[in-house]
Amino acid sequence: MNSILVTKEVTKQYGNYTALNKVSLEIPKNSIYGLLGPNGAGKTTLIRIINQITHPDQGEVFFDGEKLKPHHVSNIGYLPEERGLYKSMKVGEQALYLAQLKGMEGSEAKKRLKMWFDRFEIGSWWNKKVQELSKGMAQKVQFIVTVLHQPKLLIFDEPFSGFDPINANIIKDEIIKLKENGTSIIFSTHRMESVEELCEYIALIHKSEKILDGKLSDIKRAYKNNVFEASLLIKNTESKDVILGLKNKYNIITSNFDNSENQLNFSVQLPSNSSSEIVSYLNSLGNIINFQETIPSANEIFIKTIQSKGVHE
Amino acid sequence: MNKLKLIIKREYLAKVRNKSFVVMTFLSPILMVGMVVLIAYLTKVNNDEKKVIAVLNESNFFSNEFLSTETTSYINFKNTSLEAAKDSAISLEYHGLLYIPHKSNLKKVSQNTVFYTKESSSLETLSVLEGVFQDRLREENLRELGVSPKEYASINSTFAINTETFGGEKSIKGVNEIKAIIGGAFGYLIMMFIIIYGGFVMRSVIEEKTSRIIEVIISSVKPFQLMLGKIIGTSLAGITQFVIWVVSGLILMLVAFAIFGIDPNILVEGQNVMPGVDTSISTEGEMFEVYLKEVFKLPWLTLIFFFIVYFLLGYLIYSSIYAAIGAAVDNETDTQQFIFPVILPLMLAIYVGFFSVFSNPHGPIAVGFSLFPLTSPIVMLMRLPSGIGEEGVALWQLILSILILILTFIAIVWFAAKIYRIGILMYGKKPSYKEIFKWLKY
Repeated sequence: MNSILVTKEVTKQYGNYTALNKVSLEIPKNSIYGLLGPNGAGKTTLIRIINQITHPDQGEVFFDGEKLKPHHVSNIGYLPEERGLYKSMKVGEQALYLAQLKGMEGSEAKKRLKMWFDRFEIGSWWNKKVQELSKGMAQKVQFIVTVLHQPKLLIFDEPFSGFDPINANIIKDEIIKLKENGTSIIFSTHRMESVEELCEYIALIHKSEKILDGKLSDIKRAYKNNVFEASLLIKNTESKDVILGLKNKYNIITSNFDNSENQLNFSVQLPSNSSSEIVSYLNSLGNIINFQETIPSANEIFIKTIQSKGVHE
Repeated sequence: MNKLKLIIKREYLAKVRNKSFVVMTFLSPILMVGMVVLIAYLTKVNNDEKKVIAVLNESNFFSNEFLSTETTSYINFKNTSLEAAKDSAISLEYHGLLYIPHKSNLKKVSQNTVFYTKESSSLETLSVLEGVFQDRLREENLRELGVSPKEYASINSTFAINTETFGGEKSIKGVNEIKAIIGGAFGYLIMMFIIIYGGFVMRSVIEEKTSRIIEVIISSVKPFQLMLGKIIGTSLAGITQFVIWVVSGLILMLVAFAIFGIDPNILVEGQNVMPGVDTSISTEGEMFEVYLKEVFKLPWLTLIFFFIVYFLLGYLIYSSIYAAIGAAVDNETDTQQFIFPVILPLMLAIYVGFFSVFSNPHGPIAVGFSLFPLTSPIVMLMRLPSGIGEEGVALWQLILSILILILTFIAIVWFAAKIYRIGILMYGKKPSYKEIFKWLKY
């Protein structure tokens, strides 16, 4: 079994409103899986179903090959988007309480908490009340509590909101470290830059339905459309002639010529599997400085897919 | 189960360590005892003050009928005019001046008698004065009818009916009222506990919602476990507070009475003068003893057992409603519209109890409200001091009442848990009743 979590045609309705419509996903082990989608698409509902906070009306969820059962909560760590702590409770006591609710022994939880607190250099907060902490500080505590019981599956819902860039980086590094140590991670967000950096797999949810999923690199490959970018250092020939010649032969989308460097930058739409031909042609005109296929960013894929499925509300 | 214990522990500690809770726990008995001591002290001072009434008697019908008592003394003015008497009564700061004019017969004298005071006089003082005139008038009437005072005394007899229960036990008038008061105290205790600690449960739910910790917690435990743990933890804190109140209150009371030298009976005496109380028992002390005996004869074990049963069920029903309200709203100001319908049956139970159950503990209204699940915990406890069986609450009523209560308990907790489960994840809006009703179908 190489999927940590499988959902099969999961459907959830609230009254007449369908929050999830037959969503099937496979989340591979030991990877970071991006759950993407605009606000209100149904990501949070799906995550709550995985956490058994709500239950699907139809469909099934399997965790590590078994049907999802209440005892699985101790194998899942969840950092919700709407997260907080008891304001008047002390940090250490509270972290201990939350760890014990996940099924950890008190002494073991304490030991690991101390370790994490030292790692984040926040050991001195143990006896502080949460209301004395800043938002970013509280988020660190929440992160520790989420990962403390060493779950097999971690679910982060917008984990970087509320962090300054430095702390966001610390958290990002920790997430990568956790993945390297064998944890599977579901990462829900609508901020695409972090998706590019972290996720190997993604699923796109829109209007309660899954409209796209798979390995990010595969999706990108599928979404590229033979647009290439090239830079050419022209020798001997007049630039005007070069541009004209190119425009006659190929479908040039944009071009600009740098006089001082005698360099032509352009992008071109090619028929599929015809890149070698243009390369040899360009070689005859001068030195190729750069020639590469434009890979769409996750953000572009996101917007493009959603727009093709109808108006983005 | 282990998780439930953790939740109960946290809720209990969070409540008990709360500063305002601690202050309330230790301040309330001091305030309460202070108030009681103050009342007792003022009563004592009030009783110590003696009223002086001047009597200007110009008639031939009164001579020494006005006898000084512990609280009132009379001073006879002689050979002065009414105006002069008024002036001296004022300058001597007397309570009042009783002017009895000279007339041909007693009737006319009585009709023209005036009692002058600086401020309007108390009913008590007036009734004493009126009593003197009534006695004198009766005496005069009897004389006219030709009955001697001796003869009158011989026919004047008091009578108190002997009451017995069908079971053959002697009972005393007023005992029903005492039973009702004891039952009422139990009912009142339940109501107060529900309102105070139900409110605590509600605020605690709201706090979890506004601090946004709720989702973290229910990803580890079931919402129902959390709700149950919260209710139990808060009630345990409440019971702790109650025990501290009762124990420290009693100790403080004894200490305070010892320091101020107040006889605790001073508070009891006033209450014994109840309408319909057996007047054949002469002294207050004796009467107090008889009532005390009656109180000890109450079915205390039954009472306490059913108090616990009704308390638990009633409190669980109401506090789960409170928890659901807390889950449905976003902040405390939104709770008003939902709380009123919750408090309504409680108030109804208390009022019905005091007006209907006291006068007729086993009448149709009392029976009805002691079966209706939202009022039964209070009303049934008001009826129970008269025992179970022929003389008291019919056994079938008791069983039916508890059965209905248990069924209601299951239904309400189920509904409340449902609303709670949905409500805790709804942020940023104030739901209507219609929406909450829709949640039940999710």
